[in-house]
Amino acid sequence: MLATSERRGAIAAGAGALVFIGLVVLVAVWGLLRTSMGMTADGGGFDAYIWRITRFTLVQALLSTALSIGFALPVARALARRPHFLGRNWLLRLFAVPLGLPAIVAALGLIGIWGRQGFVNDALGSAGLDAPISIYGLPGILLAHVFFNMPLAARLILAELERTPAEYWRTAAQLGLPSGRVFRIIEWPAIVRVLPGVAGLVFMLCATSFTLVLLLGGGPGATTIEVAIYQSLRFDFDPGRAVLLALLQIGLTATILLALSILPRAEEGPTAGAIVRRFDASGRVGTAVDTLFIGFGAAFVVSPLVAVAISGLAADLGRLAGESSVRDAALTSLSVAFMAASLSLCLATAAIYARHAADRRNGSRWHNAFRTTLGATTSLILLVPPVVLGAGWFVFLRGKVDVFAAAPVVVVGINALMALPFVMRVLEPAHRSHAMRTDHLSAQLGLTGLNRLRRIDVPALIRPVSMAAAFAMALSLGDLGAVALFGNQDFVTLPYLLLQRMGSYRTDDAAGLALLIGVVCLLLMMLGTRSMPSGGSGTV
Amino acid sequence: MMTTPALSLENVRFAYGPDGAPMMFDTAIPAGSLSAVMGPSGSGKSTFFALIAGFEQPQAGRIHINGEDVTTSAPSERPISYVFQENNLFSHLDVMTNVGLGIDPRRRLSGDDRGRVSQALERVGLSGFEMRLPASLSGGERQRVALARALVRKRPMLLLDEPFAALGPRLRDDMLALVKALHEEAGLTTLMITHQPSDARAIADRVVFIDRGSIAANAPTDNLFDGTDLPAWNDYLGLNPTR
Repeated sequence: MLATSERRGAIAAGAGALVFIGLVVLVAVWGLLRTSMGMTADGGGFDAYIWRITRFTLVQALLSTALSIGFALPVARALARRPHFLGRNWLLRLFAVPLGLPAIVAALGLIGIWGRQGFVNDALGSAGLDAPISIYGLPGILLAHVFFNMPLAARLILAELERTPAEYWRTAAQLGLPSGRVFRIIEWPAIVRVLPGVAGLVFMLCATSFTLVLLLGGGPGATTIEVAIYQSLRFDFDPGRAVLLALLQIGLTATILLALSILPRAEEGPTAGAIVRRFDASGRVGTAVDTLFIGFGAAFVVSPLVAVAISGLAADLGRLAGESSVRDAALTSLSVAFMAASLSLCLATAAIYARHAADRRNGSRWHNAFRTTLGATTSLILLVPPVVLGAGWFVFLRGKVDVFAAAPVVVVGINALMALPFVMRVLEPAHRSHAMRTDHLSAQLGLTGLNRLRRIDVPALIRPVSMAAAFAMALSLGDLGAVALFGNQDFVTLPYLLLQRMGSYRTDDAAGLALLIGVVCLLLMMLGTRSMPSGGSGTV
Repeated sequence: MMTTPALSLENVRFAYGPDGAPMMFDTAIPAGSLSAVMGPSGSGKSTFFALIAGFEQPQAGRIHINGEDVTTSAPSERPISYVFQENNLFSHLDVMTNVGLGIDPRRRLSGDDRGRVSQALERVGLSGFEMRLPASLSGGERQRVALARALVRKRPMLLLDEPFAALGPRLRDDMLALVKALHEEAGLTTLMITHQPSDARAIADRVVFIDRGSIAANAPTDNLFDGTDLPAWNDYLGLNPTR
């Protein structure tokens, strides 16, 4: 219930956001298309190289998905069967950590555990086994993807299992169903409901993963489309190939997104209420197997984090903090993160108010189309991933201006769009329930415009807004996608500096920086995912 | 004068967690009776049932059913069938399978078993519903299926946890009549949680009144409804003049 002038203003602001986002993406795509038009068919055609890269992208994504889910299933089931053990809540929080951990930090931690000089190979070596695991190439990529996606998949599957009505478990106990039948009758149907959605999500994340593949893969045998785009632009100076790959990636993500939109969506959400005792899980063998899976899952997730902490603390942090390059990078990172978060919040606010204003029961078809388009536009970054967006701007700007001078602006823009889907997911539901409570009352009292914003909306929404801001900043601070393309000696963020130090084999510095980035991002992310005040936010 | 009670709770103590309100149940239910369990929301009716059924473990005290100590028995080992307010049926299994789980939870149904299921369905007025899925049934029909499962399980005690709270008045009367008939045919001891005094008056020969975590009254229905000087009971029914 908004006054007409308010509604017009909100819709105009939303239209502005729509045009802005549309321009950022369209310019990039236009840059790509224009460059591809200039290419001759034989010059940058669909050759064996591109075919190999595409195939590897799909195969690694498929394997990563299968392994992540194969691991997540028994872990989730074990967690569902044991709703009461000591430390369970901490374990679930631990499983949320990879979501907030920058890929570059996680990669270092994984190398610390599984790398050539890592913990596992040391243990194997001292056990007399001389077959070191190699983390570089496909195994490393799979390992890293499982590290990020197993906990995610486990949490989503667990949430669905916990949505099972309490009466089901009690009926099973009443009837004396053995655990095999409980699995077939109750657990499996619940798992099957979310499995396609979870698999689609994980596949999407793995098919567009950039940083992990850049750090752990590389080489012609283990390169994905996104990494190949980066290599084409930064090393081979072959924009034609980059363009072709970028268009290919858009086609791929479009296909996956289309498939995802058909699949049922997996979400964490309110559970069925009181978690009842699981009578089917009381057997001794079952307890042992569950304990094994939970323990293994916890060790797998926690070990790289511990590795980051240990090697980071071993680094000469005092010297690092004194280095001007580190301080400059930190300042750059913070400024970029702050601006990206602010831009993201502005876009989200405009979009949310406009969508709310256009949401009327007697709304015209035009209103509905506007709402839908605006909603989809805020998620456009999923269709055109950061590296592809960056590549588009790269080839568009090339020849017009100094590409590297434009770096800060482009990186801020891309980071803002990256955060936008998350910001929307935090803010829009909060605003919707707030509006439902206050719209009629405010209209009645004549509270409108800035007056209402200042006295009603801002005080009520300050928590979700700061959460979204923290989330957006963390995302930007840890990002290596956009900055990998545009970084240069005059524009160095912390992740970019970390990449440079790794490249020059200054492992201690890299470890120290990783700890710094990891701690800052996790702190922000914790702020950003604290349970929502309006309740019903499941187990975060 | 009571013969061996079908159910007895001796100083059964329970609380939800260290901060939960302490509850204490001490009562006996005569064999073959049909009791309405009543009381304000949060008074402990569902906990009372959960303790009898074995979904919760008492912190102290003993529970006997038909003279046997079941305090530590698993839910499926107790001679009890349980009907919830909703979600009694597994939504993706057809009616035949849902009822069949009451005959043998471990193996597939034999031809004989299927015959028994069909008979039970016929008894509750659902002949021909064998292949239907729960989603295609009305709320009343789903509760009838749950009763059919209780029938094939042949357990001597039936616990009904607000089974008809979501049904309209007409349907409710039909269901109460059905419960009463099944109770008499099978010689059950039945306890039913309800908020409706009319339910209790229609079919129950006893009322168990629970207030703030303990049994405040356990007496023949008529005694309670003919007027008592139990303030909590009068307050619950809205009969207290001082308000």
